[in-house]
Amino acid sequence: MKYLCLVYVEEKIFSAFPSQERRAISDEAMSYCEKLQKAGQLLAASPLHPVETATTVRVREGKTSTTDGPFAETKEQLGGFLMIDVPDLNDAIRIAAQFPAARFGSVEVRPMKELGCAD
Amino acid sequence: MSDNRAQEVHAKVGELYRAESRQVLATLIRLLGDFDTAEEALQEAFAVAAEQWPRDGVPANPRAWLVSTGRFKAIDGMRRRARYDASLNELARRIETTTSDPLEQTDEPIEDNRLRLIFTCCHPALSPEAQIPMTLREVCNLTTEEIARAFLTKPATIAQRIVRAKAKIRDARIPYEVPPAPELPERVEAVLRVMYLVFNEGYSASFGPSLTRVDLSREAIRLGRLLLQLLPDPEVMGLLALMLLHESRSQARTSASGDLVLLEQQDRLLWNRDLIREGIMLVERALASKRIGPYTLQAAIAAVHAEAPSAGETDWAQIVALYDLLMRAEPSPIIELNRAVAVAMRDGPAKGLELVDALLKRGELAQYHLTHATRADFCRRLNRKDEARVSYERALALAKQEPERRFLGKRLRELED
Repeated sequence: MKYLCLVYVEEKIFSAFPSQERRAISDEAMSYCEKLQKAGQLLAASPLHPVETATTVRVREGKTSTTDGPFAETKEQLGGFLMIDVPDLNDAIRIAAQFPAARFGSVEVRPMKELGCAD
Repeated sequence: MSDNRAQEVHAKVGELYRAESRQVLATLIRLLGDFDTAEEALQEAFAVAAEQWPRDGVPANPRAWLVSTGRFKAIDGMRRRARYDASLNELARRIETTTSDPLEQTDEPIEDNRLRLIFTCCHPALSPEAQIPMTLREVCNLTTEEIARAFLTKPATIAQRIVRAKAKIRDARIPYEVPPAPELPERVEAVLRVMYLVFNEGYSASFGPSLTRVDLSREAIRLGRLLLQLLPDPEVMGLLALMLLHESRSQARTSASGDLVLLEQQDRLLWNRDLIREGIMLVERALASKRIGPYTLQAAIAAVHAEAPSAGETDWAQIVALYDLLMRAEPSPIIELNRAVAVAMRDGPAKGLELVDALLKRGELAQYHLTHATRADFCRRLNRKDEARVSYERALALAKQEPERRFLGKRLRELED
């Protein structure tokens, strides 16, 4: 079963950490991802640039509208993702709980639909 | 077979349904891997029993027979529907080869499946709004209508929550398992929370028009006993004890006219001694475990009350000490408020008032009617009538339940005399 783990972090909180701590956190995240990959549980993962770099695209009645940033002003922003393949939700929760950002942000675990599924 | 005998068998099937259907369901979910398929198989198995048993007699092990029949019926159904959906053939084959017929194998511990069912219904990935009806429906065997009545809502609402919860269990793949040891304490806590919410709903509902409502407090206690049997954890003992000790006062909590009677004024002869005995025994067992959690501490407080011949003769010093421990285990403003009441009983209302005012000054529990009712009571005892009146009025404006409102109104009138 594939799950997409969306990592949400309040960018202000993360950028307020001392740079040494920030480096330690990203090192920890990297080696954790490596470990998951070796175990065959990680399909893809990546951190994202800050939300100021985001662009939102909509097409309405054939017209494309492009706006700066996400539409809603949310407290926590999507900071990265992990795509994993594990037997069930409990395993997915275990993996999400050990991801460093879970300690100061949150991880949304979403089961992925199989391609070709009718519903 | 004579009509008499056939009737007896029918009665037996009905009795088995009430007593065993949840065990059979719990095992079928395990074998078939899906709630809806298992429920369908359960109904089919009982239908076959109702038809066959009067003719062939009741089998030696009815529960295993029901599981076995349900399993075969489900596999059969999948094969029939495989004409339209080929993947069902594969599923049927997998179930057939990876699970065994319960009639041919030595007993799989049925308790494990019941625990799996409880932990799945109370999985933290489900919202409490879903956990409660799932537990009451799947574990306690209440009907959707009964659950809806108990929560004063529409059956369609409850049915929808159950459907959504089952969809999440299936689509997000919530596993049907007893959590491994490192996760167990946290997961047990989630189960206990559901149980306590159910109990409290029943406890407060008993003031309302409760005649047509299922007794949720009794269901919660029944669930507590089942859980304790399956998992003898100290906090399970603690919560069961707490519920039993609260329940022991149910006759004394309301007057003949339906008015609220406070602990201080309750007729202690109306307290149920059997429930108290059982509750105290469980508290002692939980305390002896040395792994003392918040439920056990709350139960210990309830036990001190239960052992006191009157409110005046209560060991308030011990109650304050237990609240101190509770504050350390699980700090919360509600516990602080209760502690203030105990302190007032030990050291006088002026000390209690200080603590409540400190709470309010911090902006805690300002919208909670009992904070103001407690403050009003301290002021009344200190003969500070004007302050008492203001606080009773504030409490009255916030209170929602009719008996509580009547009680506060009465206290307010008494101030004028």
